[in-house]
Amino acid sequence: MIAELGLAALWLAAALAVLQLVAGALAVRQDAASGETGIADLTRPATIVQGVFAALSFVALLYVFAITDLSVKLVADNSHSLKPMIYKLSGAWGNHEGSMLLWVTVLAASGALIAVVERRLPERMMQAVLAAQGFVALGFYAFLLLSSNPFERLPIPAQEGAGLNPLLQDIGLAFHPPTLYLGYVGLSVAFSFAVGALITRQVTPEFARAMRPWVLGAWVFLTLGITAGSYWAYYELGWGGWWFWDPVENASLMPWLAATALLHSTSVLAARDALRAWTIMLGVVAFSMSMLGTFLVRSGILTSVHAFAVDPQRGTFILFLLAIYIGGALLLFALRAGAVSEGARFSVASREGALVVNNVLLSAILAVVLLGTLYPLLTEAFDVRVSVGPPYFNPVGAIFALPMVAVMAVGPLLRWRRDGFGRIRRELALMGAVLVAALILVSLIGEVAFLPLLGLALAAMLALASVMPLRGRNLRRVPIATWGMVFGHLGLAVALFGMASESAFTKERLAALAPGEETTVGPWAVTLDQIAPAAGANWTAMEARLSARLEIGDPIVLTPQHRTFWAPPQQTAESVLATRWNGQLYAVIGNQAGATGAGPERWQVRLWWKPFVTWIWYGGVLIALGGALALIGHVQADWRRRLVRRKAAARRQEMGREQPT
Amino acid sequence: MSWRLWLPLLAFAGFLGLAAYQLTQPRDEIVESRMIGKALPYFDLEPATASLPGAASDDFKDGQPRLLNIWASWCLPCIAEAPQLERLRNEGATIVGVAIRDRPEDVARFLERHGNPYAAIGSDDLSEVQLGIGSSGVPETFVITGTGKIAYQHIGDIRERDVPILLEKLREAGE
Repeated sequence: MIAELGLAALWLAAALAVLQLVAGALAVRQDAASGETGIADLTRPATIVQGVFAALSFVALLYVFAITDLSVKLVADNSHSLKPMIYKLSGAWGNHEGSMLLWVTVLAASGALIAVVERRLPERMMQAVLAAQGFVALGFYAFLLLSSNPFERLPIPAQEGAGLNPLLQDIGLAFHPPTLYLGYVGLSVAFSFAVGALITRQVTPEFARAMRPWVLGAWVFLTLGITAGSYWAYYELGWGGWWFWDPVENASLMPWLAATALLHSTSVLAARDALRAWTIMLGVVAFSMSMLGTFLVRSGILTSVHAFAVDPQRGTFILFLLAIYIGGALLLFALRAGAVSEGARFSVASREGALVVNNVLLSAILAVVLLGTLYPLLTEAFDVRVSVGPPYFNPVGAIFALPMVAVMAVGPLLRWRRDGFGRIRRELALMGAVLVAALILVSLIGEVAFLPLLGLALAAMLALASVMPLRGRNLRRVPIATWGMVFGHLGLAVALFGMASESAFTKERLAALAPGEETTVGPWAVTLDQIAPAAGANWTAMEARLSARLEIGDPIVLTPQHRTFWAPPQQTAESVLATRWNGQLYAVIGNQAGATGAGPERWQVRLWWKPFVTWIWYGGVLIALGGALALIGHVQADWRRRLVRRKAAARRQEMGREQPT
Repeated sequence: MSWRLWLPLLAFAGFLGLAAYQLTQPRDEIVESRMIGKALPYFDLEPATASLPGAASDDFKDGQPRLLNIWASWCLPCIAEAPQLERLRNEGATIVGVAIRDRPEDVARFLERHGNPYAAIGSDDLSEVQLGIGSSGVPETFVITGTGKIAYQHIGDIRERDVPILLEKLREAGE
């Protein structure tokens, strides 16, 4: 019953999306012709009620998962009556159908939110934005209802669910996908704004201010999602790496790069009314990248470690949606962008100038990643198999990323519109001094490859530069949004330091140890005390007891395991991390070495000492914090501005009434 | 109107065409080795079981072509191909096994139950040899020439119809 109600709610929501699209589109046309409004009054209510129905549908899905209704196919396939409640609920979106439903629910809810709160923009443009939003939602409703109905019943209810895979019961896995989804959907809102602006040919600072919170929100969630995903891969996969340039990782990185560029160009548009067409283009590109990511992951067109949700038919459907939305938007862009007037001019040595350079470099990095990700697809068409990996991405990406860091350091110190480097020469000299000092210091420490060396020095420079905009100001009166920028840039410096340090100073040791033997890695001396079997609910393992000691201080005990699961049969290495403020000791044990040889039993032990590796993720969190602060700051400022305007209007009215008497 | 504004649409259309083409192509799951025609990489493996010698790359350089069989006692298709390996041996092929991530007692039990067509079996705990010769799964069988060159790769278990092909390749490798 509940499942049928959920399905009915989904159909109703889809019908309302049609209404939203038609009413909005008619309103845009009518308005242009006669200035009459009539049907326009329907658009906002339709959007709001659509949000409510989509939410109801998602609640229904959560409910059937919570009570483990095994007559629903999706529940029978993905859940189990013995799962803990939190994993029953997360199971609702841990599959293709459920995650698409989550996607449209968030999309509909954000549409409803715009319909309720956004009243700054010209009404005609809002109609266009909401119509675009309805159009995007409609495609996903069609996808759900026609090819992946989450509420499908089984003719005969299952006895028990099939989804008790313990490997997927991980709190990180439960919340990693929805976090990224929130980011993707936020970008779809930015896309709708861009399309609305193109249709009405109005690209104004007001428009940028209305779009900015959505871009910021999406960006914060993407940052968190990528950071968490990277850490998960680092500790779970047991290879000691934190980024693999896997197509799926790239699929989340590309929207982030586009969103970062969009964020900065939106700021230029909001503050200075420049970069109009460019901002619109980025709005389209950012959403394209998130849809492209979904397509690459779901279609299985590229081989990837995430190849779990692969279905060519779904791939075809997503490609179709991609063609309609992105193709349509780009066509609209080609037809209309010429009509969007150029916007304000500025000189190169200005805040805008720096932001333009930053945008170009970010776009270049995006192009590098996109090319590397799609290149195997291209060569495969000519029957050549290639795989593109770190040897391409790292150096080619760095060519653009390192200059971008330099621009990031200088840009925030420049004034809007026109400035000279002479005005900030003292700051520049200080930054240069830090850069040179760091270069010298690091090269004295030891042999460091060129890129990590430059990375370390630039990180030090950027860390200093990112707090410089605060100098000589009363910290209490600095706007929250400025704090956001400071934290965001500082976060990038911290992350860059972690990356460069990890790549420059990591020490690796692969040893075959017998119990009682010792080996060293970096500053640590590690002894294999003993090796003993251990058992869990559905696995057995050989567990090593390692004691690791620095020159001073008590030893710490590490217990990495080599686990064997029997359902499904699978071997995993459970790595163990010892975190210190200045790095992590990462330990993995492998197979028994030389099983038939004489002498004591030896075990392969793999150890890494990774100085400051954790700073990568601290940096990611700082960046997200910066985004959140900027979001709060801008929303608060908008709110105040609106209050002031309302008060002024009220006063004017009062004055108007008083005067005649 | 500027022609440059059409460039994004054009690039996107190119991508669509490519993706649509790729989606309609049959998926092929087989990863062929790029080591074919090249020399065996160096290895020297410990015996996988007490009754047989281990395997080393130098053993393949005595002028006699051999089959190199990648297998494991835990692999079900390997049981299915055991009778075909037996036939190959009866036809005069010398088969060297490489046991992947295996234990000596399991290897011994497997040979007892499903027959022993091998002249030698090396134990490859790290899949070192497997990766080195470009094998992506178990079982796979390679034809190695008398000079230690990889001549042919058979992916998956050996069926009856594959036996004559392998014998023919082995004969070619001896020429």
